[in-house]
Amino acid sequence: MNSSGLSLLSAHLPVAAAADGLLERLPLTLRDTFVQWFPAPTQWLLHHLISIVGILAIFGLFFAFTTVAERKLLGRLQNRLGPNRAGVPKFSFLPFHLKHKLFGLTQPFADAVKALTKEDIVPAAADKLLHFLAPVLVVAFSLLTFAVLPFGRNLIPVELDAALLYFFAAGSATELTIFMAGWASRNKYSLLSAMRALAQVISYELPLLLSVIPVVLVAGTLSTQEIVVAQGFWTFGLLPHWFIFTPWGAAGFLLFLVAALAESNRSPFDLPEAESELIAGHLTEYSGFKYALFFMAEYFGLTALSGLGVTLFLGGWQAPCAFLQFIPSYLWFMGKLVGMIVFFIWVRGTLLRLRIDQLTRLSWQFLVPLALINLGNAAFWALTGAWSGPLQIVRWAVSAALIVVPFVLMGRSLTRGQAPRTYRYAT
Amino acid sequence: MSAADLSPFNSPFAAGTAGPSVRAVKDPFHGDLLEVSMGPQHPSTHGVFRMVVTLDGEIIVKLKPVFGYLHRNHEKIAENTSYLGSMPYTDRLDYLCSMTTNWAYALAVEKLAGQAVPDRAQYLRIIMAELTRLVNHSCLVGFLFNDLGTSFTPLLYAFREREKILDLFESLTGSRMMCNYQRFGGCRVDPTPEWLAAASRLVDNFPRFLDEYETMLTGNEIMLARTQGVGVLDAAKAVNAGITGPCLRASGYNYDVRKVDGYGFYPRFDFRVPLGAHGDTYDRYMMRVLEMRESVKILQQAFRDLPAGPIMDPKSKLRGFRPKAGEAYGRTESPKGELGFFLVSDGSPNPYRYRVRPPTLINLTLLEDMCLGHTIADSVVILGSIDIVLGEVDR
Repeated sequence: MNSSGLSLLSAHLPVAAAADGLLERLPLTLRDTFVQWFPAPTQWLLHHLISIVGILAIFGLFFAFTTVAERKLLGRLQNRLGPNRAGVPKFSFLPFHLKHKLFGLTQPFADAVKALTKEDIVPAAADKLLHFLAPVLVVAFSLLTFAVLPFGRNLIPVELDAALLYFFAAGSATELTIFMAGWASRNKYSLLSAMRALAQVISYELPLLLSVIPVVLVAGTLSTQEIVVAQGFWTFGLLPHWFIFTPWGAAGFLLFLVAALAESNRSPFDLPEAESELIAGHLTEYSGFKYALFFMAEYFGLTALSGLGVTLFLGGWQAPCAFLQFIPSYLWFMGKLVGMIVFFIWVRGTLLRLRIDQLTRLSWQFLVPLALINLGNAAFWALTGAWSGPLQIVRWAVSAALIVVPFVLMGRSLTRGQAPRTYRYAT
Repeated sequence: MSAADLSPFNSPFAAGTAGPSVRAVKDPFHGDLLEVSMGPQHPSTHGVFRMVVTLDGEIIVKLKPVFGYLHRNHEKIAENTSYLGSMPYTDRLDYLCSMTTNWAYALAVEKLAGQAVPDRAQYLRIIMAELTRLVNHSCLVGFLFNDLGTSFTPLLYAFREREKILDLFESLTGSRMMCNYQRFGGCRVDPTPEWLAAASRLVDNFPRFLDEYETMLTGNEIMLARTQGVGVLDAAKAVNAGITGPCLRASGYNYDVRKVDGYGFYPRFDFRVPLGAHGDTYDRYMMRVLEMRESVKILQQAFRDLPAGPIMDPKSKLRGFRPKAGEAYGRTESPKGELGFFLVSDGSPNPYRYRVRPPTLINLTLLEDMCLGHTIADSVVILGSIDIVLGEVDR
């Protein structure tokens, strides 16, 4: 079946290494078993189609259950239960009784049915075409970013050399669709939200990129898969060499987290959708399934950015200890991804929203300079890669000081003049 | 506060008078102003309040409050009803604090008719009023954080405490919010010893909630950045506009009707009045927190000293109640400010003139001065810190 033409086409496709375990090879084995039934010239297309369908199915479900997890977790953070009613309807013809509440896990499906059956309202004054295109494009753009995420050792949909560039190009387009939605709705709240979204994308694209560049510098590649491979070492087989466990990596990861929160429009940076100020921002004039599409895109974007954070800083699909490698790599990736998302939910349940001028100031006066300093820090780290013995300690100390000192100094200037106060009393 | 004191987090247009000038707007290259009608249906106007704001970008250059969407003709209805008949209506004025509104009305009628109130009823009134202050202020601090953009978390913890107190009100008066508890010359029902024990236990535990709340939220950097230096109200302006309550005291002016008037048995209690220094949103928030701590002290003293005895003046009569011709003004320190009732009697069973001095309506009059030059996000927070209830604003 391996004609010469096909081997050329499929040369860049990941191939399961024989050394991998059965579970590790399972997704590829399944794919190959399925594909071999089709004529050889179509097989390369099927390979890609299966990747696409797999991503849509897995991350569609992941999105659905993230919403339940978010609502339940927020509920627990807020001293309440969260959704726990929706379950399986009790079918009387079944010979057994299903435990029909299932902890509310079927809530997203009920929500989907609700969103689909709701009336789709388009304001009379709206720009009908843009109003329709915005929710479609936002989902499309946020899905595009999944193409370059390495989900496992052999699981990367498209292995690009410039994967990171591609990711940011596709990812930053989602903010434009928010502007589209805000402009097309012909609603003043939506318009304000659109302005905020643009201010936010201009301010936060830069720290996001700058926080990622140190990784590129040290790993020496823009390919996400190779960045993960570069983190696949352990000291004594126990301490992973993930980039987060270096001074510049930890700083970069924190900067990345803040910028990713802002990029995905989540609290405390949910200014375009500021509920208490702009009602629902750009979503004010959306209802039914279009609203659900925006909702979906927000979670896809969040998942993709979390996935990128995992890939760049948390070792991607690498196991934390060498002896844990028997667990398939894609499970490690998903585990880390879930951890990141739980963190984002926690932040949402905790923090207040910044004001738009504070948001941009935080970016230009704090995050961007700090990210630039961190870039220099990473350069120092890369230059001193040959240092060993006691010099290794010096290397760590210098690198840590290079980031902690500016952080403290700039942090002080950021909160200058602000402190809890003491009060006098009249008796 | 000079511009140099401001951290980079504060708006460059922080001072109320330093908003974008007319010159900037006349500039032909300047963009258009945007007029947004916020409300009456808006998640953060605390009811059916409407602000017509004119925005230059996100900066407010003009703000016009519009009231009256909840106007229910309260005063005229009361003039056509017997004195006691309008007591339940006063519940609906400030529907978060019916106990204090009841008391203010009862106080005015008692002044008009020259009625005395037994000691136990005076103590019970103070207990109810201070519990109501806890209810109101815990609502306020919760909603303020919601306006600041938390997704309900602080609000729901504040509501947990509020619900406990509302449970007490329900078991005592039969209603959680529309308590209808005060009568002319006393109170309606006498709490059982079990109720008093439960209330006392709740009050003793309340500071734990406050400590937790303050640990989590008061020092938060975003909270400080969003509230300090925002919506500054100076004391002179506040006094001239007739602002009362925590909003006035946050500006540093010492005026608390409980101290000034000494109505009820308040002079018997040992409590302090917290005063702010800056008059910004943060001070207004802290006034509420500190007042809650003082309320706890008052409540503990009241539970300790509560005397036995009747709860109604035996000479008071509810049927055929006709006060002599004359006029009276009864005022109380409601959680939101000075709440007064002005009554004119012509000797008939109905008041000839019935007028409410609603604290929140008068506190709202300076909203534009506080908001000018701030962003639209701040206007919501400033409005939240004034603490309005539309039932009372529109009446």
